[in-house]
Amino acid sequence: MNILRKKSAANVPFSETVIETFIRLCGVSAIVFVFGIFFFVFREGAGFLFGGLDLGQFLTSPEWYPTSLSNKRYGTLALILGTFSVTALAMCIAVPFGLGAAIFVSEFCSPKLRETFKIIIELLAAIPSVVWGFIGLTLMNQLIIAVFNAPIGLTMLNGGIMLALMSVPIIVSIAEDALKAVPDSYREAAEALGATRWQVVYRVLLPAAKNGLLAAVLLGAARSIGETMAVLMATGHSVNIPSGPLSWIRTLTATIAAELGEVARGAEHYQVLFIIGILLFTITFVVNLIADLVIKGIRQDS
Amino acid sequence: MENKIEISDLRVHYGDTPALNGISFDVHPNEILSIIGPAQSGKTTFLKVINRTLEFTPEATVEGSVKLDGVDIRTIGDVYGLRRRIGMVLPLPVGLPLSIYDNVAFAPRAAGLRTKSELDEIVERCLQQAALWDEVKDRLDTLGTKLSGGQQQRLTIARALSHQPEVLCLDEFSIAIDPVTTMRIEEVLKTLQKEMTILLVTNLVQQAKRLANRTAFFLNGDLIEIDTTDVIFSDNPANQATYDYVNGTFG
Ligand SMILES: Nc1ncnc2c1ncn2[C@@H]1O[C@H](COP(=O)(O)OP(=O)(O)OP(=O)(O)O)[C@@H](O)[C@H]1O
Ligand SMILES: [Mg+2]
Repeated sequence: MNILRKKSAANVPFSETVIETFIRLCGVSAIVFVFGIFFFVFREGAGFLFGGLDLGQFLTSPEWYPTSLSNKRYGTLALILGTFSVTALAMCIAVPFGLGAAIFVSEFCSPKLRETFKIIIELLAAIPSVVWGFIGLTLMNQLIIAVFNAPIGLTMLNGGIMLALMSVPIIVSIAEDALKAVPDSYREAAEALGATRWQVVYRVLLPAAKNGLLAAVLLGAARSIGETMAVLMATGHSVNIPSGPLSWIRTLTATIAAELGEVARGAEHYQVLFIIGILLFTITFVVNLIADLVIKGIRQDS
Repeated sequence: MENKIEISDLRVHYGDTPALNGISFDVHPNEILSIIGPAQSGKTTFLKVINRTLEFTPEATVEGSVKLDGVDIRTIGDVYGLRRRIGMVLPLPVGLPLSIYDNVAFAPRAAGLRTKSELDEIVERCLQQAALWDEVKDRLDTLGTKLSGGQQQRLTIARALSHQPEVLCLDEFSIAIDPVTTMRIEEVLKTLQKEMTILLVTNLVQQAKRLANRTAFFLNGDLIEIDTTDVIFSDNPANQATYDYVNGTFG
């Protein structure tokens, strides 16, 4: 292989070499950027992370009192649980809707309706998250108060619905691509065996497209974990161990966004916010790692 | 003797392009009828009409009638049931992305069969008939798509037999199979003939000669001639084009 490549390199035209170098630079720079960001975040938080921070307390204490004068506490348990619970709730809503819509669009709807549907999905994806936050703050807030007779509608449920609406377009478009990528010959073969269209979907298409569908779900989840503005506005933003969909919560991202502007650069509180950044980094890294392993596992089965 | 299938004045268009120009003939029960003809002559289209999978091609229009056991197939409400009465083996082998076992059990399951022992029995019998059992019996749970092309083709034959069709259609089944396996399957087809009617589309005229009771010659969407295989392969079939095609002096 290597020999072949070297041999042909001799008679490759100059323009090829330029393009190849350029593409290689692009690839390398992506890696450099990721490491650069991590390095910056790490540097800002490192001082306190290794000198002074009680890591056990940081991860397991529900008390977040960063500005208290007498009783400073940097416990992020409530924030971690807030992030995970609202994401889980959002996925409970978004996954069935998103996958269902993708199946409908790719298998059951007429070409004309499909175009309309795709435009709607793209529009939905283009709405900025602050607008979703605003909708959560006003419309959904009123709705939850009216339906559940709750004192206040800015809750995990509210944030979860907003996050779901934001991840559905991602899930739909990636899942639809995955279903479209299943060769038509599979559909034909299954239908020739007397399968109904539903049987074709759940016996053939879902198993055939499972990698892509899984990727769709995980990217949707990643979008939810990383989302900041909408959850900041819609979930009540109060430090609280969530006890149900109607409790108000606060997430890791929203905490950074809300507090970073108010702290002095280099102060303890400032550094802790960066440590939260490192924590988010780690969480997304682990999620991606799990995704990779799961997908690899599936590949090996198949 | 009742006819198994009666085709009368069957016309198919893809948009404005004609694919079959009004063909009529009968298929007898328990015969092997081979359909030969050069590329684009409408052979595959004909098979797709029979199991109504042409309905997935929106621009295709069908006129005329096809009767299965005297019933016009277009009046059959349960199209899924109809498709299970007809086994279809497509030219390019498509192992569904399921295990070998699940590939063969697909149609019986789609029809509602759940009993494990019955499914086991069907899977073994069909794989035996398709001359694949010995090669895969120890790894029934590996993916069908992992088999070689020839093995996948035999898997599709096993699958087509799994719903005990009354009519078995094979569309150039030997494209991906080596000659020895082809011979084995040809032997199987001869035995299956006792249980079902077989429509064999083939590009290998010698295969038609070896297997078929009768042979039909399609050309550009027309049925040029249908007769016993002996007549078609004799020195004087009714049509000169048939003689030329069969003897390789066509075109
Ligand atoms: N999906 C389709 N859309 C449009 N035209 C089609 C379609 N399928 C087949 N045709 C046309 O119909 C005619 C008959 O095709 P068909 O596939 O039935 O021929 P065939 O005899 O099976 O050929 P081959 O020996 O190459 O398989 C051809 O002219 C072909 O171009
Ligand atoms: Mg064909």
